[in-house]
Amino acid sequence: MEGVMSHGNDLNLKATELRLGLPGTDESTSKNNKRTANELVKNSELLNGKSDAKARDGETVPASKSQIVGWPPVRSFRKNIVQPKKTEAETGNFVKVSMDGAPYLRKIDLKIYKGYQELLKALENMFKLTIGEYSEREGYKGSEYAPAYEDKDGDLMLVGDVPWDMFMSTCKRLRIMKGSEATGLGSGV
Amino acid sequence: MVYSFPEEVLEYVFAFLSSDKDRNAVSLVCKSWYEIERWCRRRVFIGNCYAVSPQIMIRRFPEVRAVKIKGKPHFADFNLVPERWGAYVYPWISAMARSYPWLEEIKLKRMVVTDESLELISKSFKNFKVLSLSSCEGFTTDGLSSIAANCRNLRELDLRESEVEDLSGHWLSHFPDNFTSLVSLNMSCLGSEVSFSALERLISRCPNLKTLWLNRAVPVEKLASLLRRAPQLVEFGTGACSTEIRTDIFSNLVEAFSGCKHLKSLSGFWDVVPAYLPAMYSVCSRITKLNLSYATVQSPDLVELISQCSNLKCLWVLDYIEDAGLKALSSYCKDLQELRVFPSDPYSAEPNVSLTEQGLVTVSAGCPKLQSVLYFCRQMSNAALIAIARNRPNLIRFRLCIIEPQAPDYLTLEPLDTGFGAIVEHCKELRRLSLSGLLTDRVFEYIGTHAKKLEMLSLAFAGDSDLGLHHVLSGCESLRKLEIRDCPFGDRALLANAAKLETMRSLWMSSCSVSYGACKLLGQKMPNLNVEVIDERGPPDSRPESISVEKLYVYRTVAGPRADKPDFVWTMDEDGALRFS
Repeated sequence: MEGVMSHGNDLNLKATELRLGLPGTDESTSKNNKRTANELVKNSELLNGKSDAKARDGETVPASKSQIVGWPPVRSFRKNIVQPKKTEAETGNFVKVSMDGAPYLRKIDLKIYKGYQELLKALENMFKLTIGEYSEREGYKGSEYAPAYEDKDGDLMLVGDVPWDMFMSTCKRLRIMKGSEATGLGSGV
Repeated sequence: MVYSFPEEVLEYVFAFLSSDKDRNAVSLVCKSWYEIERWCRRRVFIGNCYAVSPQIMIRRFPEVRAVKIKGKPHFADFNLVPERWGAYVYPWISAMARSYPWLEEIKLKRMVVTDESLELISKSFKNFKVLSLSSCEGFTTDGLSSIAANCRNLRELDLRESEVEDLSGHWLSHFPDNFTSLVSLNMSCLGSEVSFSALERLISRCPNLKTLWLNRAVPVEKLASLLRRAPQLVEFGTGACSTEIRTDIFSNLVEAFSGCKHLKSLSGFWDVVPAYLPAMYSVCSRITKLNLSYATVQSPDLVELISQCSNLKCLWVLDYIEDAGLKALSSYCKDLQELRVFPSDPYSAEPNVSLTEQGLVTVSAGCPKLQSVLYFCRQMSNAALIAIARNRPNLIRFRLCIIEPQAPDYLTLEPLDTGFGAIVEHCKELRRLSLSGLLTDRVFEYIGTHAKKLEMLSLAFAGDSDLGLHHVLSGCESLRKLEIRDCPFGDRALLANAAKLETMRSLWMSSCSVSYGACKLLGQKMPNLNVEVIDERGPPDSRPESISVEKLYVYRTVAGPRADKPDFVWTMDEDGALRFS
């Protein structure tokens, strides 16, 4: 271990002696202590610990800039005033798609589909299955599979009941259900 | 010969003393003056809630009507103080509830306030009038409901910049129908929509309402209706102004504003569509304070508005204003005293706007009364700082944030020592200073030599060695608050200037080079200081003594070590041992 300065009960005047140079060094040459931004980040984050990095209001800082905790010194409520450079029109609306029994999930961008028909076709392609036609009364009767989605409130809903735009803004994830569970969804209330 | 006035006469005379400094001086004259003064002190300001205990305050000043208390260190604003650090107001409220039944005012800054505290306030003080919670947290809108429902004589409710858990907007509807005393309401930090009709009715029945800061959720099309009910307003903050512009909304707004003959201060303007700004032109000539720091509007539109505000004293704005806009500001607003320019995009490496050091130089040249500056920019030069210093020797507050840490003079690539040196040399009344950019120990030599009136200094990524800190602690006679982050300052300067720390309110050092051993020593030497080590890596004595602590907060106190420390804070005690809370 490096030399430990033990102070014990004496005043340890040497410790309070003023000289140029970093604490712990004995030379009188002053060391260049300019640090690069990356080193600053490393130091800061190392010394500041984990809890500071917790974003209180969920703000995200672009990964492109080295993130130094608390720098620049801007209050949280001032951080997200400006619209992000990418407008909502440009970013995708990716949602997870799970299929009962499949080993892993997929993700699709709802924005690239113009309506339910296109979406269902894409799902059929992706999972190699047939979903069939939607009917308000029967759901997807005739098919083994029923496309369902989880909405903003956390409820499991049948795909197709609401207008496409409303579906786009409320759909949080998709689930392709199969078997007897699926047929239960399509029948009347 | 000794003349002695009857106590009543002295008390009458003391009642004219409002400044704490004067009252403190008076109470030192003799024992009887101390006694008389303490019975008639009505306002108490506590700059650090841990410097004194509620019991001590109550024992000395039994008849207080107004209390102002500050909690967390300033760097808490930038997330440098971990959660659960402290600054709980409840013990204060509970003690005052028992001893100050006639308390009228509570103003808090950076404290943790719970709904329980708010409920206790609302039920304990029959004549409660003013509640101001600045940058506070820990409460929900339920707490506000208690205040609204129970404080029959409430005049002011100010929640500026607090973090409130917003359960619903329903709290506003708890003001009773016969409640008419409201003078000031600042709810700008809240997210939820309040019942608009409840708000309208509240405003209609409070004829003394002078200050109203709405929250973002109140849309622009509803403003006219509110303004028409409160034409006596002096300070007004809009909500979001993003509704697509329509002629009827616009003309209603124009009419409503033109009825407000007393408006002096405007704020709000979240997401404002520029086309709405002309609706305010009729009040611009009377406006003295303008907060456009939420307005993402480009320079030409800003200039249009500002150019009509010939009496402007205080402007807060985003850097969208650019150098061109600041030039216009300097030619139209000759009464300007305070300027704050905030960064629109603080995290991008490249400048997104054309705002440089030139804008600030121009304002310093054109605005002879400018005394308070907060400026975020991406480049600075010594030449510019020297020019600013020469132009404005009357500066009192100068806070400069160059966004890239340790950025040098962009023209010469030298440190900015001489530039800031010029600031402290010319601005002899400077009370507050924040430095940034590339800085060596030299700048601290200048500061220690010249900044004799400096009370608060903020440092980041600056200096070379302990000598820098030593210059500041030994030279700045008026220093009260020193906050430092990421500077190579360590044990020697701190220990050599230990006595200085007793003359200050507080010292904050984070990510510096202060060893645990030095902290212990400081705690031993200075019984009137609380030397608190904040370290989330676990107990400091599980590491060698020479290892630097993560954060250090030192403050003078008469209340001893605090009893409410979280598990990552240790007070360096007199007997050198650690004490856990």
